[in-house]
Amino acid sequence: MSFLSKVLALVEKDFRAEFRTKEMLSVMLIFALLVVVIFGFAFNPTSQVTRKIFPGILWVAFFFAGVLGLNHSFTRERYNQALHGLMIAPVDRSALYFSKVLSNMAFMLIVELVATPVFLVFFDYSPAGRLPGLVSVVLLATFGFVAVGTFLAALAANTRTSQILLPILLFPVVVPVVIAAVQLTAATLAGSSTASFAAWLRVLVVYDIIFLVVPFLLFDYLLEV
Amino acid sequence: MIVLRGLRKRLGARDVLAGIDLEVPRGQFVTIFGPNGAGKTTLLRILSGLMRPSGGDVYLGGARLEDDSVALRAMVGVVSHHTYLYDDLTALENLVFYGKMYGVKDAPERARRLLEEVGLSVFAHDPVRTFSRGMQQKLAIARAVIHEPEVLLADEPYTGLDRRAGEVLTGLLRRFKERGVTILMVNHDFDQGVALADRVIILAGGRVALDELVTSESLRLIRERYEELVGGKYAGVDQKQ
Ligand SMILES: Nc1ncnc2c1ncn2[C@@H]1O[C@H](COP(=O)(O)OP(=O)(O)O)[C@@H](O)[C@H]1O
Ligand SMILES: [Mg+2]
Repeated sequence: MSFLSKVLALVEKDFRAEFRTKEMLSVMLIFALLVVVIFGFAFNPTSQVTRKIFPGILWVAFFFAGVLGLNHSFTRERYNQALHGLMIAPVDRSALYFSKVLSNMAFMLIVELVATPVFLVFFDYSPAGRLPGLVSVVLLATFGFVAVGTFLAALAANTRTSQILLPILLFPVVVPVVIAAVQLTAATLAGSSTASFAAWLRVLVVYDIIFLVVPFLLFDYLLEV
Repeated sequence: MIVLRGLRKRLGARDVLAGIDLEVPRGQFVTIFGPNGAGKTTLLRILSGLMRPSGGDVYLGGARLEDDSVALRAMVGVVSHHTYLYDDLTALENLVFYGKMYGVKDAPERARRLLEEVGLSVFAHDPVRTFSRGMQQKLAIARAVIHEPEVLLADEPYTGLDRRAGEVLTGLLRRFKERGVTILMVNHDFDQGVALADRVIILAGGRVALDELVTSESLRLIRERYEELVGGKYAGVDQKQ
């Protein structure tokens, strides 16, 4: 119980700090929207091709915006070495990790929630599939991305080049999530369930489970001074 | 309360701590002097659980620090070079947050009382970003004792405090001492350092160069060794890190 209440207090702290300044959310959102606008001008928004690559554009925007958020989540902990303050408190390191996963996930979902309708309008895309399918794909993919991203952000946090290091570490590892997210989103948006759908769903679920468990085992060793 | 056996810490190519043996009984106030780079901060970092020793053992209240570090960390309060505060949160929010991290019951009430004690009540709802260095240091001190620790580790706690704030800190330390809190304080100012101390340790080259109880007779010797090992030039100068 005390583990959970500490996780919640940590998440609450992240929310308070973020919603007071909104510096991370606004940057993530602006970036995501910029990606759409750039793609919109680079291609012809109504062409058949664009409709095909729409899921890819969507996730490129989300994941790139997500990296900005992940980078910032531990940067905030480094002002005044607050992370050290947490490390000497009687809190399990895994509680720190889990709280960061939750708040990063929440921030990304907010960006996705705001940006997706804008994307649909901008590309004049009317999805054929049903909403619950899309929502579960977005949740699973975002979780996979955030779980491994938070882990690597913590790993990079104690290095001098953490801001540059994170994307380089993260994107190769997160490739399965990117492909699965794009494939599954394409299928749900089109309202068609292909044979590969179940396979990619399984990839995503297994990935999520692995990166939920592994950091719990390793996080103690990760945060070292 | 605190027992160190052959404590060693290697950082890079240097033995920053080269075998420290020390026993501090409950309620003792120990002041640690030493020239810059002597390993004072490193010692406190290991005791606070932030760093692992390279060798030797650390015991807190009879238990080995490495075996039960989460539980033992709850016994310790730390005032370090850094404030550990969140700039975007208010003073009160910072204290309540850390109170929850330490499992303090009724954290808001305790936080308010501490703000009163360090003279920051008026600024309770201001973000820490707007605080002067001295105000942040006062808040950092309140943060360090939010859970009424049995052991207080203070690394140059007077840094950034004006005279009045310094007196407030001295008053706080005196009260902790009266309550039986075991205190390890690193200080550069001789008079400030010995004022409340029961015992003085001088670290030099990663070893204990002097370990004396403070009495009216020993004070002369301590001062001589302090002048010799630490040098007058550091006295009263706030060290930046
Ligand atoms: N992370 C580190 N890596 C390498 N050397 C370090 C590190 N931290 C401290 N040192 C070195 O350890 C020595 C002792 O540092 P410190 O404990 O901060 O000394 P003090 O607090 O007594 O001035 C210094 O020479 C410092 O340069
Ligand atoms: Mg120091």
